[in-house]
Amino acid sequence: MDKKSVERIASLSRLHASEKEIEYYSETLTMILKHFEELGAVSTDGVEPLVTPTQVIPHADHDEVIVVTTPEEIIRNAPEKSGNLFKVPPVVGG
Amino acid sequence: MKFLNHNLTTVRDQFLSGNAKAAEIVAEALERIKKYDKKINSVVTINEKALQEAEALDKKRASGEKLGRLAGVPVLVKDMFCTKGIRTTAASKILENFIPPYSATVVERLEDAGAIVIGKTNCDEFAMGSSNEHSVFGPVQNPWKEGHVPGGSSGGAAAAQAAAFCFGSMGTDTGGSIRQPASLCGLFGIKPTYGRVSRYGTIAYASSLDQAGPLASSTKDAAEILTAISGYDKKDSTSSQEKVPDFAQNISEDISGLTIGMPKEYFGSDLNKEIKETVIKAIEVLKARGAKVKDVSLPHTKYAVPVYYLVATSEASSNLARYDGIRYGRRVPSMDLNELYCKTRAEGFGTEVKKRIMLGTFALSSGYYDAYYKKASQVRHLILKDFMKAFSECDVIMSPVTTSTAFKIGERVKDVISMYYNDIFTTSVNLAGLPGMSIPSGLSQEGLPIGVQVIAPHFQEQRIFNISQVLETSLKLTKRIPDGLQ
Repeated sequence: MDKKSVERIASLSRLHASEKEIEYYSETLTMILKHFEELGAVSTDGVEPLVTPTQVIPHADHDEVIVVTTPEEIIRNAPEKSGNLFKVPPVVGG
Repeated sequence: MKFLNHNLTTVRDQFLSGNAKAAEIVAEALERIKKYDKKINSVVTINEKALQEAEALDKKRASGEKLGRLAGVPVLVKDMFCTKGIRTTAASKILENFIPPYSATVVERLEDAGAIVIGKTNCDEFAMGSSNEHSVFGPVQNPWKEGHVPGGSSGGAAAAQAAAFCFGSMGTDTGGSIRQPASLCGLFGIKPTYGRVSRYGTIAYASSLDQAGPLASSTKDAAEILTAISGYDKKDSTSSQEKVPDFAQNISEDISGLTIGMPKEYFGSDLNKEIKETVIKAIEVLKARGAKVKDVSLPHTKYAVPVYYLVATSEASSNLARYDGIRYGRRVPSMDLNELYCKTRAEGFGTEVKKRIMLGTFALSSGYYDAYYKKASQVRHLILKDFMKAFSECDVIMSPVTTSTAFKIGERVKDVISMYYNDIFTTSVNLAGLPGMSIPSGLSQEGLPIGVQVIAPHFQEQRIFNISQVLETSLKLTKRIPDGLQ
């Protein structure tokens, strides 16, 4: 994976990466993907992808409100807050 | 040390019969942690209310209240389980001060059964690792040999149980993270069938693979814990409504007529000699007790590691998107929202986690999805079909758990490929959603534990416990405490 691809993936992953880290990821991910290339040799024509290993039977619940916690408890872990609201930087131009 | 050599069931029975107080059992466990864990580094947070909870339990018992199957038993849980009011970090800087407003269903069920959660154990960050070297709290030492890894990612849970800091510990297993450390630390560790145990409140790594399970010092102890935590939970839509037997009560050593499958792909010429001999010896024991042995084939075994790492990292890249510095966890302040996300995540996650997020994002990205994620999911289906075919010819499958005994801290951490291929015998079990257990069955010449793996069809954990009990009895696998920790 070249450095440009690593930069694109880091951006999609919302991860800031230094020049040194980009080099590390480029080298390591290239090596890992090279090892994983052997998958290409497996014939999978007509094979359905398996996304969950056991059969899950959907279960319907009554549409009712159950109080499990309070806004105060939820907001307690917020790194920045204003009252019972999460505080974020401006998201529209000022 | 009054309770040191006891198992979970003996401690519970002493408590229930009034011969021991929960407060004294918990106090002894806490004392052991204080005395020995500075070196081992297996416990990252102590439940400061543990003694109070034990005293409350003593009062309940004295008043004749009916108590559960884990009554009075101190347990430790991996720091991947949310514990209401007790810091839960996933061994990551990004969650270093996170106090969950609720507990995982697993934790609630342990407590409902009368267990006392005395603390949280070290692990690889977000359960990503096979050696417990990727933790913000630093590496864990294997109690059996200083300077050696306990395995991972539930390394702290395994080390703490092996060091007799508790009478059962809880791990999570996404690609072998209960079985591998159980093997390296000489414990009974089971990953149940996918869906057997609720994942609610368990920090997600790869949702279609993650399962919680116990690490214990006997078959019956593991069975007691699994019975307590299993069963449908409406808070987890992937939890199964399958009936939960009383695994502990139902343990039977009658295995005559049972057919054990030996997959030839797991016994290649490059397999470590001591590990191979240990598995063969265990199979011989079972044969002597009336089991039959049959060669079976799991032809897609060699693809399990790449499939696992593509599926797991793809799911992780999505699961870990929630750590954005907005609602909880660490935040690196910025005037720009995107920059806040990128800097927070870059600073909060460790290298291994970032590497896996990047790999997963790549496997799901436009132009690569078909060749990587989709392809891996198709081969995953072939791996499941291999098992189904094998189980049409046998009742259980036996194999090694690990490629080696506990290795030195630092020995493999730079060699990514060799570290990933540590998981060769365990990942396929998660990909197929099957139950698998590591049973301590021998020691290497160096004196390091070796486990054997028993794999059963979906929801057939009882077969595994029965075999485990036969091995425990025949090989005289009594609880052993490492030298220097008695």
